[in-house]
Amino acid sequence: MSTIDEKYQKVVVSPVDEIIGSEKGSSAIILVFFIAGLVASLVVGWVIFPKVLYSQKKQPFDFSHEVHSEQVEECTGCHFFRDDGTFAGVPKLAQCAECHEEVQGDTPNEKVFVEEYVAKEKEVPWLIYSKQPDCVFFSHAAHVKKAEMECKECHGDIGTSKSLKVYEENRLTGISRDVWGKSIGGFKSNTWDSMKMDVCAKCHEKHARQKEKETKHEQKNNYKGACFQCHK
Amino acid sequence: MKKEHDKVNKKYGMVVDLDKCTGCGSCMVACMSENNVPFKEDESNKLDSITWMRVYKVSNKKPYPNNEVFYIPRPCQHCGGQHEGHSPCVSVCPATATDYDYTTGIVSQVYTRCFGCRYCMAACPYHARYFNWWDPVWPDGMEKYLSPNVSPRMRGIVEKCSFCFHRYQVAMEEVYGSDDKEALEEGDYQTACTQACPAGAITFGDLNDETHAVHKLKDDKNAFRLLERLGTNTKIYYISEREWVRRAGDNYNPGEKTGSVKYKTEGH
Repeated sequence: MSTIDEKYQKVVVSPVDEIIGSEKGSSAIILVFFIAGLVASLVVGWVIFPKVLYSQKKQPFDFSHEVHSEQVEECTGCHFFRDDGTFAGVPKLAQCAECHEEVQGDTPNEKVFVEEYVAKEKEVPWLIYSKQPDCVFFSHAAHVKKAEMECKECHGDIGTSKSLKVYEENRLTGISRDVWGKSIGGFKSNTWDSMKMDVCAKCHEKHARQKEKETKHEQKNNYKGACFQCHK
Repeated sequence: MKKEHDKVNKKYGMVVDLDKCTGCGSCMVACMSENNVPFKEDESNKLDSITWMRVYKVSNKKPYPNNEVFYIPRPCQHCGGQHEGHSPCVSVCPATATDYDYTTGIVSQVYTRCFGCRYCMAACPYHARYFNWWDPVWPDGMEKYLSPNVSPRMRGIVEKCSFCFHRYQVAMEEVYGSDDKEALEEGDYQTACTQACPAGAITFGDLNDETHAVHKLKDDKNAFRLLERLGTNTKIYYISEREWVRRAGDNYNPGEKTGSVKYKTEGH
């Protein structure tokens, strides 16, 4: 009996003594372990995961907006509105071929374009950075013509860029990274850093409130938002 | 004066002449293809099939030769409620997935917000709302024929007639974008069912706009709405010269006069 008791005491009591004795040392170890874990998680979440989540795709060939904006004055010169108010978006081959019937200049991209696409009458499969998800209705006319917004407010400095950036596609949703934006925290220094719903809602809410003030009294405080403006 | 008129919100509604409706179902077909409504191989179980626009057959249940039937197309009734915006479904939705759009009077359904609790289906007195029990499965190649302006819905959410709201979005885009159009005209925004009806029984337009046909039709002496005494203040009006048809639109007590349960709408 006594031997069992002694053994029992040895087993149980001794670790307790140790913990009490080396409390300072072990709490430092715990702290270091915690910080290391936190840093590792942040690295995984903020650096590694986005790398895994987004696939990098290259455009068919490079395109310089800078060169073209010297020839064509405004964005709407190529990205025009149709007569019925819809927006044409990325120009079709026929539009480019008006000037690019033959190779101009000596850049390799120009050669690729004329030989691979214009000569073969094949549309260029451009990847569209700002393509919205299926559930979103977006009207360029409402924003550019009615609300008089600048192209730059959403599309950034692409109009003066020398080359096209890499197109990043969310592997799960198939949606361009530009829609969500690069800042994980949601902080933005430019208006075009992200095109999340919150960004749209901010302005639409403001207008809804404005409209609410103008309408009859019994309808006040009923606006919950403007979901149905863009969702379809 | 003009400016004041501009401030009055639009209130889209529909008037259906039941004496013209032959029950052919064109409106149902047009609606399904326009709005990418999913379907199954076997659609016979009406408890789990989806029909935004549904044509019901109503019989007077009298024996021959006095038997008579009428057909009644039933889209979402877009209830305004007792005060504009107090629709039965809107007031119960915990997700703000369904809302009352004050600029058009349309009850919206935002699919990406809906999480499928189905409170709205329980609240709707007209059975106008449907639940997606499965993800849509399109027959081979049909995906290419889907309407690009309407997003398909996934399993687990509720959908309903939107008065072809996407057509309103497109029509408004033309107003904003084209140089020679300043305001929406009656013909610019029409629902698919209205255009498909071969009998011309359906009329669609802005109930608040005097120039639209529905503005006058809704005040027809034979016009009625479904279950008016509930006070749902719907935007679908039905017209019939036959009294028993008008009487079928509500639950009348014996002795109650047809049309006596009219819900009074305030201006708006």
